[in-house]
Amino acid sequence: MLKFCMRIFSLFALSASVLFFMFNSAFAGNPTKVGFVYLTTPGDHGWTYAHELGKQMVEKRFGSDVKVSVVENVPEGPDATRVIRELAKQGNEIIFTTSFGYMEPTLKVAKEFPNVKFEHITGYKRSKNVATGNIRFYEGRYIQGVVAGLMTKTNKIGYIGAYPIAEVIMGINSFAQGLRSVNKDASISVIWANTWYDPVKEADAAKVHIAEGADILAQHTDSPAMLQIAEKKGALGFGQSTDMSAFAPKAQLFASINNWGPYYIRKIEELKTGKWNTGDGPDHWAGNDWGGIKAEMLLISKFQNMPDSVAKKAQEALDGIKSGKINIFAGPLVDNTGKEIIPAGKSLDDGALWGMNYYLKGVNGKVPG
Amino acid sequence: MITFVPRDKVSKNWTIIGPILSIFLTVFFGLLIFTFLGYNPLETLYQVFLSPFSRIDRISDIFVKACPLVIVGIGLMLCFRANVWNIGAEGQFIMGTLLAGSFALLFPSVETKFFIFIMMVIGFIGGALWAFIPAILKTKLNVNEILVSLMLVYVAMLFIDFIVRGPLRDPMSFGFPLSKPYPDGAIINKIPFPGIGYLGQLHYGILLILLLIPISWLFVNKTLSGFKINVLGSAPKAAKFAGFKQNTITITVLLISGGLAGVAGVIEVSANIGQLQPEVSFGYGFTAIIVAFLGRLNPIGILFAGIIIATVKLGADNAQMSMGIPKVVTGLFEGILLFFLLTGETLQKYKIKWLKDT
Amino acid sequence: MDALMLTIIATSIPLLLAATGELITEKSGVLNLGVEGMMLSGAVGALGAVLWLENPYFGIIAGGLCGVLMASIFSIFTINFMTNQVATGLGLTIFATGLTGLAGAPLVGKTVPSLPKIEIFLLSDIPFIGEILFKQDFIAYLSVAIIILITYFLKYSKSGIVLRAVGDDHQSAHSVGYPVKKIRWYAACFGGMCAGIGGAYIPLVLTPHWSEGMTAGRGWIALALVVFASWIPWRIIVGALIFGGITIAQLVGQARGWPIPSQILSMMPYLATIVALTMISGRISKSNSVVPASLGKPFFDTQ
Repeated sequence: MLKFCMRIFSLFALSASVLFFMFNSAFAGNPTKVGFVYLTTPGDHGWTYAHELGKQMVEKRFGSDVKVSVVENVPEGPDATRVIRELAKQGNEIIFTTSFGYMEPTLKVAKEFPNVKFEHITGYKRSKNVATGNIRFYEGRYIQGVVAGLMTKTNKIGYIGAYPIAEVIMGINSFAQGLRSVNKDASISVIWANTWYDPVKEADAAKVHIAEGADILAQHTDSPAMLQIAEKKGALGFGQSTDMSAFAPKAQLFASINNWGPYYIRKIEELKTGKWNTGDGPDHWAGNDWGGIKAEMLLISKFQNMPDSVAKKAQEALDGIKSGKINIFAGPLVDNTGKEIIPAGKSLDDGALWGMNYYLKGVNGKVPG
Repeated sequence: MITFVPRDKVSKNWTIIGPILSIFLTVFFGLLIFTFLGYNPLETLYQVFLSPFSRIDRISDIFVKACPLVIVGIGLMLCFRANVWNIGAEGQFIMGTLLAGSFALLFPSVETKFFIFIMMVIGFIGGALWAFIPAILKTKLNVNEILVSLMLVYVAMLFIDFIVRGPLRDPMSFGFPLSKPYPDGAIINKIPFPGIGYLGQLHYGILLILLLIPISWLFVNKTLSGFKINVLGSAPKAAKFAGFKQNTITITVLLISGGLAGVAGVIEVSANIGQLQPEVSFGYGFTAIIVAFLGRLNPIGILFAGIIIATVKLGADNAQMSMGIPKVVTGLFEGILLFFLLTGETLQKYKIKWLKDT
Repeated sequence: MDALMLTIIATSIPLLLAATGELITEKSGVLNLGVEGMMLSGAVGALGAVLWLENPYFGIIAGGLCGVLMASIFSIFTINFMTNQVATGLGLTIFATGLTGLAGAPLVGKTVPSLPKIEIFLLSDIPFIGEILFKQDFIAYLSVAIIILITYFLKYSKSGIVLRAVGDDHQSAHSVGYPVKKIRWYAACFGGMCAGIGGAYIPLVLTPHWSEGMTAGRGWIALALVVFASWIPWRIIVGALIFGGITIAQLVGQARGWPIPSQILSMMPYLATIVALTMISGRISKSNSVVPASLGKPFFDTQ
């Protein structure tokens, strides 16, 4: 029996080593090796798909000058540490970790591989070889608010949030600012899904919003389920991360699209030319690559399913944000209990945005936690 | 037609052949399924089963991954031996971690590594308390422990989520759901090897396994309590006849298994994460059920089972990295392996007999 | 209000179907903890079939068949090879989670047409009730029909009595000459079919997507429902509606700004299950006739 086992094992070991050499001899030349860590499989919509599109832009731009490896479906935790280390060990020179929960794992591995550059997406902790990048998602939500305010008949907006974190809350508040800039009577109700991606739950939340009288839906979760429900029930809504009009041709008003490609390309170019840096500045957020509509990291899809007059207003808001004419969080700002946040003449800085744990006027209820 | 005839005594041969044959059959069926789904079967096999052994740091990561599985598995072994179906170890893992972690965060400047032992005790208490709910409901009101312990998993997941996003959230985390980092005394260090440095994530927590396995082996094989547990599970009527206190045994095994799950959580988080976050367990509690069965409810077997499952999990990561196979395939292998092992158990007790069709 | 009611009903139907199937399985003395896995395979099978054949009704058939396939795997091992039912059931769920994740990978992001609503002539015009009860989809009607048939089957038909006999005392049933294994196979496969269709309902009606593990614990709630209903079919309807109601209520509570943390509200269905189990357990232990006495025990066939 033992002999038999040994024989089988050596057979395996042999085939293993053969395969191993096949892998190693696969790449020749000297392209820049780039690694990506994804939270889920990209599919064809949502957060990870937006990163996938960015990755494709990288491949198109650099061609054989880069060698890209991707790991999908990496949960945020010890597994992430191992996967990131593995990518570093395989000789990747720059590694993009594309979810907030990879923050500590990225920092941990970065310490072990001082010569590898790391780019953590949506985080706030940097080190010598860890830079951070993020998108000003909230800018798109202001325009959503403007469109919602003009399109709603019931004056009830249903908002589905993933988790009550600053990033989502600033999105809701930005939406409320846009909404109230055109319609002082409308208000937003928020349902927290407590998940980024659960189509069934998102669909249920959308149904409840509609049953409660909302006719415009917005989401800060990842699946197109909400839009599909809107499509079925004759409501309207906004796409998330990528253009979702294919899922809801009659319901999507527009989508805010995350455009990571230019950022990735810039950082890889910096690496190739030796100019890569983590942009450390005096303010905590100053070193963060936090680009929005102006930097074209956030794109706005075609305005559709709305009258021209509304589309025109939306375009004005878009242009206003791009030119800097519209300052979304300019005072006077009052939260929804009537407490003054900031007086007229001043406006919230980036640090204050990341400290948001209150709703502005126009949002119902209270931030949980 | 096949039928089974009981053996006079449990077959020694099948006790050994069973697991080995199961592994081969699993590999075989795995190959079939991969071929059917259009993946290169040999490459998949290499990635899933062998690539984790291809480097020394990968091998040490197998042990890191196996560590929580084995600790939780040992606790579940006691339950399953007593015919108590605790399938909520995941929740007990979370609650143990949460209680110990909250405690650690009360002492932000503690440095002595002795602190980690206090955390383990508290983690044990946390897990045991969570297991106490199904225990008391089962013994006092005869409520099915399978469903109660399972429902409590979901409650625990939501509870830690609530705590980490609310009361324990680090005010410096910009609203992100993370607690403050653990103090130094609450961190389990990696083991440095002279001349090599660190091997993957290999940390001191692994040492607990070395302690736990002999102790649990002695407990189940050499002590009266261990004997009572076995009797209660295999012959409840005899246990009743002999006057064993069934309820006491049920509560004890549930508390121990919950407690061990809590300790596993403390080690996992202190060694690998270093702060509380909404997700701390990643399914260890559920996987440990498979580990306990694969290990045939026997401490040494559980060690090997933990290593096998950890290998497959790491291998699936590699398969995904190099071939794009979704890593849920681990479930596929775990499931098939379990089916065949359980069949092997039947073959220990029964002989196969071929009947001619009549 | 009727919109909310419709949402609650839609949420309840997968639970209702899966629990009904499991009830029959358990009545025959087999405890299949793999409901979650069978539902998942039903969901992925239905989605695949609809993408391929472009007709949502094929999704129902495919979902049912996938459920039966999973139940057959379970039956081979537990009924023929006499393996431990609890462990095998858990194994089935883990196995199916892996298999559906693999098989479903190409389906991620694809979307399918929903099952159409069928209006029942005249009845659908009744205000309120008509909208809720008589403008449903095929599976909803089917699930109610199954409940009615099963109530009749268990109470009045000879086969139903045989089924219960097998579940209550397999040795006696065997000695009287009933084919215990065959009956259990049928019962388990029926359970698989119902769970599969219940799973199929999720992509066919609730949300036309595939995502890994999209049943999100519904299979386990279905198991709890069987106990909650103390193995009486019509009570499953009540239980399923209560569970569906709580799931939706926590969303409504948030939309209306009830000052309770969402996580606490999300815990409610699970806590309610525990409370319900506790409340009915007293009754079960008093009257043994409710629980199939051979539940979970392998049957050894002495030939």
